[in-house]
Amino acid sequence: MYAAALLGVLVTMVIELILASRGPTVFDRILAVNTFGTMTILLIALCGYHFGRPDFMDLALIYALLNFIGSVAVAKFSRFGNLARDHRRHASGEDPNP
Amino acid sequence: MIDSLLHALVWILLVGGAAFCVIGAVGMLRLPDFYTRTHAATLPDTLGAGMILLGLMLQSGLNLPLLGEGASLRIGDGNTLVTLKLLTLLLFLLATGPASTHALVKAAYARGIRWNQASPQDDSSDSKHADPD
Repeated sequence: MYAAALLGVLVTMVIELILASRGPTVFDRILAVNTFGTMTILLIALCGYHFGRPDFMDLALIYALLNFIGSVAVAKFSRFGNLARDHRRHASGEDPNP
Repeated sequence: MIDSLLHALVWILLVGGAAFCVIGAVGMLRLPDFYTRTHAATLPDTLGAGMILLGLMLQSGLNLPLLGEGASLRIGDGNTLVTLKLLTLLLFLLATGPASTHALVKAAYARGIRWNQASPQDDSSDSKHADPD
């Protein structure tokens, strides 16, 4: 039962790796890596059940936190070019988003 | 009876979630531009992860001593702590997946990525499959 779901998750991970190496823009790569992170969470959860140790859920929680922080940080960096930029001061005049 | 029903439901949820993950990944391979690929990428993030985590929650089950020590409410494996962790994980994924995709799409739009266009800089190399008709 868990092996079938693990197989599907692993196939998805392989396709996401192909996408992350192929994607024409950097945003396609970020999108593929974001989905790869979600698949990592599911892989850890399913592995915990498959090998009889469901306590692996703590690792999956940590991976979920890191995945969100990482993808938002990369999106902000690729938009502003700077992670420490203060939007509230700079948003009025030079915000590139119309 | 109720155990076999629960087992069948866990099977359906796990295999269905894995199938939705693979369908979303194939959609990301085949769709033509960045915004349609984000549309395909929401499928493993919400429905695939939701179904798999819901199946694992049903498998780990509950063990609540509602009716006293002798007669507790017990479903599945009776591992309440793991079920609560899975519920936290599911709520976190449902909150943050659309938020990070939204931030990514806003960043891509601000950098000038447009519909049916692979890259704003090199129009020449990708213009043959950038034609909408």
